[in-house]
Amino acid sequence: MILELFLSASVLLGGFFAFVAGLGILRLPDVLIRMHATTKAGTLASGLIMLAVIFAFGDASTVARGVSIVLFLLLTAPVAAHMIGRAAFRADVPLWGKTKIDPTARTKLGVPPRPGGKVRAQTASSTAISPTRNTNGTT
Amino acid sequence: MFVEIEGFPILSVAVQLAFVLVMAGVVLAFVRLIKGPSLPDRVVALDTMTVLIVAFCGLYTLQTGVRAFLDVAVVLALIGFLATVALARFIERRVARAAPDRRQDAAFPSGEDAP
Repeated sequence: MILELFLSASVLLGGFFAFVAGLGILRLPDVLIRMHATTKAGTLASGLIMLAVIFAFGDASTVARGVSIVLFLLLTAPVAAHMIGRAAFRADVPLWGKTKIDPTARTKLGVPPRPGGKVRAQTASSTAISPTRNTNGTT
Repeated sequence: MFVEIEGFPILSVAVQLAFVLVMAGVVLAFVRLIKGPSLPDRVVALDTMTVLIVAFCGLYTLQTGVRAFLDVAVVLALIGFLATVALARFIERRVARAAPDRRQDAAFPSGEDAP
């Protein structure tokens, strides 16, 4: 009885977070902000539903597979999000207007300055990046 | 396999509701996959769809008791991670190939491709 209630609560919370992940992917304004939805809410949804599966069956092979799924998702989601974020920043994806960018980030990641001078999001002073700008130590 | 509580199958109803919510999340991510303005948007939407389909496989295992769908979920998580990493490498290579003379590191002068 208690197990049924716990499984129902876990499954419903997982479904809710899955819906939140989809909503965040659709509604958030920016690639780097949208990755929050898939990394946190999506992993939490899968983890809660896998927790319900583990407690519903309870034999050894099911528990092993469920724990391995959750561990694999927890290991790979930050790596994948890091690689996608770095690729998006290097590909000069237009960012949200309120996103603050470290002015040395473009030189650190090897992104060339924008050629047309059409710069959004706080990097208006860094269009004329010169090699001496790295030595300032500005943050 | 579900135990009914006072004639009300609470876990079955919860699993059905969670099916609806997970599929709504997949559909919203698919809308972003279609209208995403750039390629990293689409890759992030595809990653979200993969993670949500893993959750869907768990729900289907709960509903039917067929444990083979847990193997499907393991393989799907692996394939999703590999697809995301490969597409991220593809985006970086495409940027480096589109503008080889605009790269700033001196290790690869213009005309030479990045490794």
